[in-house]
Amino acid sequence: MISLRGINRSFGNHQVLHDVSFDVAPGRMTGFVGANGSGKTTTMRIVLGVLAPSSGTVEVDGVPMGPGYRSRIGYMPEERGLYPKMSVIDQLVYLGELHGMTAAAARARGTDLLERLGLGERLKDTVEALSLGNQQRAQIAAALVHDPIALILDEPFSGLDPMAVETTLEVLRDVANAGAPVLFSSHQLDLVERLCDDLVIIADGRVRAAGSREEIRARHSSPEWMLVTSADTGWVRDVPGVQVVEFDAGHVRFAADSPQLADTVLRQAVERGSVTSFGPLNRPLTEIFAEVVR
Amino acid sequence: MTTLTTPQTAERGLSFSRAVSIVAKREIMVRLRSKAFIISTIIFLAAVLASAVIGTQAGSLFQSTTTVAATADAAGAVSALEGYEVTEVGTEDEVRDLILDGTVEAGVVGSGTEGFTVIGERSAPEGLIQALSITPQVELLDPHAPNPFLTYFIGLGFGLVFFMSAMTYGNTIAQSVVEEKQTRIVEILLATIPARALLAGKVIGNSLLAFAQIALVALMVIGAGAATGSSLLLDGLGIPLLWFVALFTVGFVMIAALYAATASLVSRVEDLASATSPIMMLVMIPYVLVIVFNNNPTALAVMSYVPFSAPVAVPMRVFLGTTTVWESLLALGVLVVATVIALRVAALIYDRSLLRTGKRVKVAEVLRSGT
Repeated sequence: MISLRGINRSFGNHQVLHDVSFDVAPGRMTGFVGANGSGKTTTMRIVLGVLAPSSGTVEVDGVPMGPGYRSRIGYMPEERGLYPKMSVIDQLVYLGELHGMTAAAARARGTDLLERLGLGERLKDTVEALSLGNQQRAQIAAALVHDPIALILDEPFSGLDPMAVETTLEVLRDVANAGAPVLFSSHQLDLVERLCDDLVIIADGRVRAAGSREEIRARHSSPEWMLVTSADTGWVRDVPGVQVVEFDAGHVRFAADSPQLADTVLRQAVERGSVTSFGPLNRPLTEIFAEVVR
Repeated sequence: MTTLTTPQTAERGLSFSRAVSIVAKREIMVRLRSKAFIISTIIFLAAVLASAVIGTQAGSLFQSTTTVAATADAAGAVSALEGYEVTEVGTEDEVRDLILDGTVEAGVVGSGTEGFTVIGERSAPEGLIQALSITPQVELLDPHAPNPFLTYFIGLGFGLVFFMSAMTYGNTIAQSVVEEKQTRIVEILLATIPARALLAGKVIGNSLLAFAQIALVALMVIGAGAATGSSLLLDGLGIPLLWFVALFTVGFVMIAALYAATASLVSRVEDLASATSPIMMLVMIPYVLVIVFNNNPTALAVMSYVPFSAPVAVPMRVFLGTTTVWESLLALGVLVVATVIALRVAALIYDRSLLRTGKRVKVAEVLRSGT
């Protein structure tokens, strides 16, 4: 478990992080969401020790994170970069060695990773000779070459084509399933919603919400249902204890105090016409996000 | 930070020296695999070899004969000299005619007893004038007194080697720093090893390459000297060369660190030249001054205590015999102190500006701000 405790950070007179605290649990993918300039990258750099916090600590299982642990984190910065004129495998060996591996072990692991990511044929090509998508794959391999015990990824999916998103996802899931904490930031809320187990929402350098995806959803939305039917739905407004959120001719979205009440609505709907679909509605993350950061 | 207690987090990352050696190894390997580097090294070595050989053999290579018309009395004296083809004529007027119509380059009239007159159309050959002049005898009490001409060339040689290496490798380091910054790989590197290890690795890697190249140059010069049987190259140069090596090593590290620090201020290779130009000036000015003042002991003495010119000025003074061992040691001490300061400032600048991208960062701003 990686825990941030009361992190503050200022650049000159400008305070960019205010008392940031949250946990990244082992074996879980934690999505880190916030607008541009909200402090995501600064927070990640502090966890990695690239920047020092003005105050506060980063802990691993309750103890301040030391260089031994830090050197085993896999990091993918938002601004991607590898040496353009060095071959892909050579860079992985170099980075692996800097993380304390032997050259031979780094070469073996790097080759294996590149093969898994579909770059097996391009090992000896220089990075500048690769297409952008393949450069991204090489970048992911660079974050994973030393068999990291935790992953911190800044916008890992930006600029990836759908195929590459899936490959990347698979690899990240593997790392999380092996028990490593995985923290990744993204603006692509739909993607975060689909991928992450836990969620941290940051705005103006302050954590606005943190917890499991379900917890946050439950906390920020009253239970809602969606009904689609062949008949008009105006009558739903008159059911006691039901608030209609929106409706038009064939569908209605409503909040109800209890599931039983929702069932009552369904029963009445079946009497009035043919029901195409009925079910509880998950409030989309974009809506919760917009509400939380306001 | 509080003291670490559990074994897992107390475990150290990669040791500093190991990180430095991995970075240095990469710097060297990248250079050795670069065709541009190999080719420019070969050209540089070939140029050094050529100048060493030509320099010692220049006398015989460029010798030519000068045609001279002379009256009877003078003809004997001129034909006794080497390198002149004498045409004997009857009168002074005939000498002048031959010069004017271009048959000969110069003329000599008069006699040994009443003195010669050298005649030319627009100028007269210097060698001929000197050969026919009566010069006083010179007696030097110091058998090792340096030849002024040689002094000039040795100054030029030390200066050139220092200047060329500092410029070449300084720029190499600067480019390597900006490359990492521009491609943003520096962020991954900094998440893995301290900025100081990265800086040290770059300086050490490139310094080793520079020293290897200088050693090759020295070997070639000595080899060329031995092969051509010239004592000119080796005579009296042994001790100054040792001083040069000592001061060069320290001075080079200082300049390399300064290049790395200034390069870390910019984010694009395009901005590099303007950022590093002050350092280039610091390297170039002493090079020019040593050549200009190679026969001015006071100026050389002052320059031997200025860190940037010391690597050239100190061996010059040792060669000229105008210094004492303690003065040279003092100059070396000044240089070492300056290098330590430069390394500290460079590490600070480097550490603080590596993650700043975009606009060029100002030095004063970097030194004022925290990390």
